[in-house]
Amino acid sequence: MIRITALAAAGAVSLLGSAAHAECSFENDTPVSLLSAGFEAWKAVSDAMAECGNFQAELDQEFRTKQPAAFAANPSLYALGGVANGTITPLVNEGTIRPLDDLVAEHGQHLNENQLIRIDGQVMAIGMMVNTQHLMYRADIFEDLGLEVPETWDEVLEAAAAIREAGVVDYPLGATMQTGWNLGQDFVNMFYGFGGEFVDAQNMPTLNSEAGVNALQMMKAMTEFMDPEYLVSDSTYVQQQFQQGRIAMANLWGSRAGAMDNEAESDVVGLVESAAAPKATEDGPPATTIWWDGVVVAQNIPDETAEAAFRVAMEGLDQEMVENNNDAAVWLIPGYEPTRLAQGAIATLQAQPNARAYPSTTAMGLMHTALGNGVAAFLTGDKTAEQTLEDIEAEYLTAAREAGLVDG
Amino acid sequence: MKPRVFAAFVAPSLLMMLIFIAAPLVSVFGQSFYVTQPVYEQVEVETCTPGFPTANCVTETKSQPVFDAEGRIETRTIFVGLDSYRNLLQLDRVGGYLASGDWGAILNVDFWAALRFTLMFTLITLPIVLVLGLTIALAVNNAVKAIRGPVIFMSLLPFIITPVIGALSIRWLFIGDGILTVALEQLLDRDIAMFAQGWTIELMMYFYRVWHVAPFAFVIFYAGLQTVNQDTLESAIVDGANRWQRLKFVVIPHLGPLITFVALIHLMDAYRVFEEIVGFSSQSHVISLQWLTYDFLQPDDAGNRAISRASASAMLTMIGIVILLIAPVRRAWREHKGVR
Repeated sequence: MIRITALAAAGAVSLLGSAAHAECSFENDTPVSLLSAGFEAWKAVSDAMAECGNFQAELDQEFRTKQPAAFAANPSLYALGGVANGTITPLVNEGTIRPLDDLVAEHGQHLNENQLIRIDGQVMAIGMMVNTQHLMYRADIFEDLGLEVPETWDEVLEAAAAIREAGVVDYPLGATMQTGWNLGQDFVNMFYGFGGEFVDAQNMPTLNSEAGVNALQMMKAMTEFMDPEYLVSDSTYVQQQFQQGRIAMANLWGSRAGAMDNEAESDVVGLVESAAAPKATEDGPPATTIWWDGVVVAQNIPDETAEAAFRVAMEGLDQEMVENNNDAAVWLIPGYEPTRLAQGAIATLQAQPNARAYPSTTAMGLMHTALGNGVAAFLTGDKTAEQTLEDIEAEYLTAAREAGLVDG
Repeated sequence: MKPRVFAAFVAPSLLMMLIFIAAPLVSVFGQSFYVTQPVYEQVEVETCTPGFPTANCVTETKSQPVFDAEGRIETRTIFVGLDSYRNLLQLDRVGGYLASGDWGAILNVDFWAALRFTLMFTLITLPIVLVLGLTIALAVNNAVKAIRGPVIFMSLLPFIITPVIGALSIRWLFIGDGILTVALEQLLDRDIAMFAQGWTIELMMYFYRVWHVAPFAFVIFYAGLQTVNQDTLESAIVDGANRWQRLKFVVIPHLGPLITFVALIHLMDAYRVFEEIVGFSSQSHVISLQWLTYDFLQPDDAGNRAISRASASAMLTMIGIVILLIAPVRRAWREHKGVR
């Protein structure tokens, strides 16, 4: 019996030895919990946080429905939250997350300026990664056909025509145009690419403009080269189309790039390259938006819990985590080595004039919903571009009045 | 049964209905006339987000809710009368379309598009479900005893499957290069995209709902067939009635109340069509009233929900069901009194 215990202890020690560098720098004795989205990067981060002990993570794709209510409770149901540009809005609006300046000064000296998400001068979230939709393309097909990597959407259409001519794939182009959030997002990208503004300072819609018509027409032009079932194709569907070699190009999320080289799923390992998101106009910004994901700390918890939670979060966002999970995301954290497939995302971020960050406003939430439900009518040919934009504006206005954003 | 015993049996379920059906209904009815909204103020906000190599800071005017003394968002509730209904029905727009003779354009308004599909869905599937259910019941009733058990089991399977799962499985059979799409393509020797246009999706929805509900009709009718008066049937045979005449004059009148019952249940269920919209993600082509309510309630990224319009839409859905049910309920009532 004693010998067995000794053996077990020796085993444990050797295990500890091998995992020594992945240990937490402090012993956490305050219970800390996290609610975040459920993709790969959050899994890596929450696993690293768990090393500190007394930590519980809930990774749930429905987090954005749960988060506002859970954080509004007193005490908050979670100490930490994982958010992105869009989903931080209700938390900031309702004042359920706390400013982190003091905690950053005390425990976050090593954070770089890029990670500090400031709203109204206060640090409200600690960024960990960026995500953006950018061009992914089949390098082998482009080389065979002697095509240049397109920099504008007009060039994308030309390349698509050449690829269709050659008949090497089912459809030259893929896009995340599933009705609802995805379709709305694709329009947001294109609209910003054409230099549009969604609302003015009084929250009145300014959608029905040249940029709006141009964006719709460009999207319609794209559909010529796409699978006719594009209105049901979400990110996963486009990713699979790539993996099965059925499309040659798509403006797809950076976080999906890793899947192209996943040998278990992909037929095109090593053949897909990425480049900056195409521009809508020659001298405009890339037609895309920049997204960040990061950690927030609840307001309705004792200060000691908040401090413990923040330290646990710092542990989850440290260099070791990045070194162990380098390919899981385009990390903002020191120690990140950009991989081959991250080139496109980084090129998008560096482009000048720069692409906008997706705006964290209440009005944008309403506008996004109206777009997601309304844009399809133009693509299916039910309405003209002007009629479509007019109807989306009307839909937005009704919602904005009901929400109290617009008077009258 | 003594009134007191009767009351003791009925009271619990009555109480439940009051708490879980009547009370929410009254509350939703009330909410459809009010709007509750936060009070916003315009502020200049500087926001810094990650960029390469340094952070991007932009200053913009934003609307932010005002907080009260206790740190909660200040809200106000306004009586808006029928505004939420008006926003939903958009009667002035519809009137314009009617006046200009452009009837099809009415479907540009979400509510009317949803109503069009919901009604068509309900009224098209109803007769198919009734006829198919009756046909299966007659077939099973006339089948050899030995295979009856397995046949009943097989035909009940679709009814057992959770609706959303059933819809999703049909979706996966047809979407993209799904098995059945490929099979159809080979059969017809042409390229088929079932999810590219509205009418094919709608067809799949009808097919799915009939496939899913017919077993229910079958079970009820099959049970009814077991109680058909054999003496009447035999005398009909003696009188020289053929198979069709026996069905028409003996079996169907006997099943009458059951047919009303199945129709009633089906009307109620089909009018609340929802799983098909989500399962087939058909929002861009086809929406239903129930889905419209759901969509209003679904919060967006910024946490907005359109509670008032959702309440109005729910009330209108309920009114629609009530109107549809008047005919079958009256019929059921007459049959009920006739039996007594």
